[in-house]
Amino acid sequence: MSSSNHGLGRRSVLAAGGLGASALGLAACGGSDDSSSGGSGGGASADFDEHGPITFATGKDTTGVLKDFLDRWNKDHSDEKVTLVELPESADDQRSQFINNAQAKSDAYTVLGLDVVWTAEFAANQWVVELPKDKLPIDDMIPATVETATYFDKLYAMPYATNGQLLFSRKDLLKDAGYDEPPATYDEMYEIIEKVMADQDGINGFGGQFAKYEGLTCQLTGVVKSAGGELFDNDGKPQADSDAAKLGLQTLRDGFDKKYIPKEALTYKEEESRQAFQDGKLVFLQNWPYVYDKFEADDGSSKVKDKVSVSLVPAVKGEGTSTVGGLNYAISAFAKNMGTALDFIAFMGAAEQQKAWFLQTGNPTAATAVYEDEDLKKKYPFLDTLKDSIDKGAVRPQVVKYGDVTQAIQEAAYGCLSGDTETDAALSDLQKQLTDLTEK
Amino acid sequence: MADAHSRRVTGGQGRMAYLLLLPTLVLLALVVGFPLVLSAWQSLTQSGGDIDPQTGIIKQGDTFVGLDNYVEAFTGSGAGAGFWNAFWNTTLFTVVGVSIETVLGVSMALIMARAMRSTGIVRASILVPWAIPTVVSALMWQLIFDANGIFNRVIHYQVLWTTEGWQAKAAVLIADIWKTAPYIGLLTLAGLQTIDEQVYEAAKMDGADRWSTFWRITLPLVRPVLVVAVLFRLLDAMRMFDLPYVLLGRLESGQTLSMLASDAAGKTNYGLASAYSMILFAYICLVAFVFIRVLGADVIGEQNKPAKRGGRRRGDGEDGADGGSGGSRRTARRLRTTAEGSMA
Repeated sequence: MSSSNHGLGRRSVLAAGGLGASALGLAACGGSDDSSSGGSGGGASADFDEHGPITFATGKDTTGVLKDFLDRWNKDHSDEKVTLVELPESADDQRSQFINNAQAKSDAYTVLGLDVVWTAEFAANQWVVELPKDKLPIDDMIPATVETATYFDKLYAMPYATNGQLLFSRKDLLKDAGYDEPPATYDEMYEIIEKVMADQDGINGFGGQFAKYEGLTCQLTGVVKSAGGELFDNDGKPQADSDAAKLGLQTLRDGFDKKYIPKEALTYKEEESRQAFQDGKLVFLQNWPYVYDKFEADDGSSKVKDKVSVSLVPAVKGEGTSTVGGLNYAISAFAKNMGTALDFIAFMGAAEQQKAWFLQTGNPTAATAVYEDEDLKKKYPFLDTLKDSIDKGAVRPQVVKYGDVTQAIQEAAYGCLSGDTETDAALSDLQKQLTDLTEK
Repeated sequence: MADAHSRRVTGGQGRMAYLLLLPTLVLLALVVGFPLVLSAWQSLTQSGGDIDPQTGIIKQGDTFVGLDNYVEAFTGSGAGAGFWNAFWNTTLFTVVGVSIETVLGVSMALIMARAMRSTGIVRASILVPWAIPTVVSALMWQLIFDANGIFNRVIHYQVLWTTEGWQAKAAVLIADIWKTAPYIGLLTLAGLQTIDEQVYEAAKMDGADRWSTFWRITLPLVRPVLVVAVLFRLLDAMRMFDLPYVLLGRLESGQTLSMLASDAAGKTNYGLASAYSMILFAYICLVAFVFIRVLGADVIGEQNKPAKRGGRRRGDGEDGADGGSGGSRRTARRLRTTAEGSMA
C-alpha cells in the first residue's frame, strides 16, 4: 500500500477518519516529500516547444458538453490528442488530488482546471508554470478574471469560466409596496423589506449565503469592497479592521439584528437560499446566475415564475460588488508536452469556444466578446447586468495560505452575524489572525 | 496458550515455527509499524518554508522542528483553542453517544430476541440504519435538520440545528445514535441467543421477577459480548469524522480530532496533521487500555471472586436468585469462551 497509493489522497485517506489509515497515508506520502529539492523547486523553467499527447484534469463535467470540445480539438490534432481526466465534483477533493500529483512530481496531469482562489498557492509552490501572455488571448478576457490568474504580476493561468453574483428581487411584492426599481443599496433594500414585511405575514427579507463555508467569504469580500475597503490591500497586507470593513460587516449584522435577514440564513448555502426564494419566502436573494433558470421553470416547481427582476447586488455605498468566481486553466510544472498544453488552453480561450460553452452550459465565460453576443443576449436577458457584476467584481484574497485565510474570515464573519461577537472585536481579531498568517 | 505451546515443542521446531511466521511478521512491520514510525517522524517536521518577498515563491522541503507541532497543537493561537474544542467534542460524542447507544442497543436486542413470530421483519427494520453508509445517513439527517425540515415541522418550532451551539452537538448525537445503536443491538442479540433457555426456566421456578432476571442473568451472561461491542463502538466514535463533517461542515460545534488532522493536511501542513493524528492515536490507545483493564479484568476476575456478584441483592427471592446466579456463573464461563472465540 505504501508505495502505490499516491493517487489515494492524503486528504481522502484522512477523510476516511481511520486513525491507522491516516497514519499510513501521511507516512506513505511523506516518503516522497523528502526528495523534494531544497532550493527553488523543480519545473520553474517551462519548455513550450515540446508537443505531443497531453491530459486535461478538471472537476467532474456535470454539463456533459466538455467532451465535444475535446473532440473538436482532437479531430484537428491527431498527434497531440488531449485526454480528459475527470476529478471529483467537490472542489476540495480536486485540490487535494492536484496537490498529491504535485507532491509526487507526477506527469499524469498536464492541463489543470484550477478554482480561481488556488492560483497563489499553486504558483508559490511552483506546482504550475508561468504562462507567456503573448501566446494567449489574455487581452480579450475580462480584466477581473485575469486578476484571478495573476500572482506577483505574473500570469500563471488562463481565465476560462467566470461568475458574478446578482440580486434577484420579487417585482410583484416591490410593486405592491410602491417601488418600481430593485434597490441599489442595503439601506434602500432594508427600507423596502420593512414595508413589505409590515404588509404581509410569513415573508422574510433578504437571503444570501451566510452559513459557515466558502460562500460567507464571498459575501464578506463583496460587501467590504462595496463599502470602499478591501480585506487585503495590493501589497498583500491584511486590512480587515479598516473602517470600510467594519461598515460592511455591520451592515449585514444590522440586517440580522432587525430581522431583515432571517436568522435561518445562517444555514443558507447556494441551494438552501435558492429554495427559500423559489418557495416565495424571500423578497430578495443574492446568488449566482444559475438560479434564474430554476425560477423561470415551467414545471410548477417555482412559485416566483415571471415575478423576478435581476439587478446588481446591493451596495453598502457606491456600487454593489459581487465576488468573482470561476475556473482557470494552468499547466502543471511536472508535465510533458507543454507546447501542446499552451496551444490547447489558447484554443479553449478562443472566442468561438467561449461562446459555445456559455450558450450550451449557461455558465458565464471569461471572454469580453461573449457579453456582446446577440444569441446570448436573447437567452439571458440580464447579460449586461452580469457583465457589469463581473467587471466590478471583487477578487478573493490572493494569498498562499488561502485555506487558513478563508477559514479565519468565515469564523470572524459567522461569529459576528450570529450575534456571538461584536463587529469591532470580530474584525480586530481577524486582522490579528490574518497578519499572523501572512507573516509566517 | 503460547506457554503451553513452547513447552511441547523442541528448540528446533520452535525456530522453524518462527521462520515460518517471519514473512507475516515482516509484512506486519511494513504495513503497520513502518507508517506509524514515519508518521511520528513527520509530526516532528514542518513542510514548506518562507515566501520569497520578491517572487512570492515558497522555499520547498521539510525541516526538523522538534516538538513544535505538538506545542502548536496544544497552545497555538488558532490551533490550540481548536484542539481543546475538538478534544471535548470527541469526548462528548464518545461518552454520551456510546452510553445511549448501549442502552438502546441492549433494548433492541431484547426486543429482537423476544419477537419470535416476526423476528425477521423486526430485525431487518432495526438494522436498516446500520446498513446505510454514514455519509448517506449524514446527508439524510441534514435534510431532516434543515431550518424548514421535517424535524422542525414535527416539533412545530424552528430550531436552527446546523448553526453553532448545543443544538448542533445534539444533531450529531441523534444522527450517530440512530445509526449505530443497531450495531450494538445486533452483537448483543448474538450473545443473547447463546444463553441457555434452561437458565431462565430455573430463574422462573425460583420466582425471580423480570427485572432481577435481566440484571442477574441476562446482563452478566451477555456481558462478554456486550463489552466487546461497546469497545468497538468506543474506538469508532473516537475517530468520528464523516458524520459531523457532512452534517455541520465547518461548524466548531461538530469539530472532532480527526477533522482537525484532515483540516491541517488539507492546508498542506502535514507536520501538524501528523501531530494531531499521533495525539488522537495516543488518546484512543489510552481509552482502549483503560476500558479493557477496568471491564476486561472484571470479566476474568469474576471467576475468582464468586461472592462479588451476590453482594448486590434485592430483598425478595434472595436465596432463589443466588442459586440462579450461582448456576449461571458456570454456564457463563462456558459461554464466554464461545463468545470470545466468535468475536476473535
